[in-house]
Amino acid sequence: MFADTLPGDQGSAYVAAAYLFFLALLLVYLAIMGVRVARMRRELSELEQLTRERRDAPPASEQEPERLPT
Amino acid sequence: MHGKGLRGLSVATIVVLVGAFAIAAFYAPLDADQGFRQKIFYLHVPLAIVSLVGFIVGGLLAVQHLRSRASIWDLRSYVAIHISLILGVAVLVTGAIWAKTSWGVWWLWDEPTLVSFLIVFLLYATYTPMRFAIEDPERQARYASVFAIAGGAFVPICFGAVRAQEQEVHPQTFGSGELPGPMWLTFLVSLAGMALLFATLYRFEIETKLTRGRLRALRRRLLDDDAPVQRRSAAPTI
Repeated sequence: MFADTLPGDQGSAYVAAAYLFFLALLLVYLAIMGVRVARMRRELSELEQLTRERRDAPPASEQEPERLPT
Repeated sequence: MHGKGLRGLSVATIVVLVGAFAIAAFYAPLDADQGFRQKIFYLHVPLAIVSLVGFIVGGLLAVQHLRSRASIWDLRSYVAIHISLILGVAVLVTGAIWAKTSWGVWWLWDEPTLVSFLIVFLLYATYTPMRFAIEDPERQARYASVFAIAGGAFVPICFGAVRAQEQEVHPQTFGSGELPGPMWLTFLVSLAGMALLFATLYRFEIETKLTRGRLRALRRRLLDDDAPVQRRSAAPTI
């Protein structure tokens, strides 16, 4: 069945090059997107940290009043 | 950052594309004239069709932006053109490889299909620098939409004119009636795979940009920073 579909002539290297180029382009694009998503994840965890710190900090009214200089 | 159905779309894209390349290699018969070299057809032509349709879709989305003035339509138009440009690079390179193996040269300047695609590609290559050159986001979005509509209208006119002309060495695929059934089937599966790839990359990019916008807004709110961000960017800000 496959006998007449497989490479029997020259040019198979060019065919492989075309498909590999497409694959490489796709992988480069996905790698760039992956870096962007990783950066967003980092930013999100920074914001989570900031929110946690604010929630744990005592409210301003409970804080010790600042002493005035005599 | 999980857009609705993005995972399903990604899986469908991988399955159809891998299937398309497999049947291109093992099921589609060898071309009597070009032999194994003709297998580039199943990559190059669907890529070119999807890329050109993407430019037209970018124009249609830009029409919606001008009608509604909602920046989400500008973002959609921008992303459609952006993805089409990336696929356009693959079209030019795979086309050059096919030309080299079939005609013995990487490029033919008197071949209308090649040159017209290059013209369209170079036209859209100016889209991002043009956006970047305009600082005011509202004006940027408006000018970019006008560009996208004009470009989107130019694409079918350009390729219609090329196909209408008689003397051509570029292989004719449609309307010639020469493509046998298994080749047609392989081509249609490849085209479906490329269309799915475009849809997946489009959705992924849109979701990434929207999530980034939300993150920035959240940061500004948390840091009580009311000043609007005035950073120059080619990408639309939501």
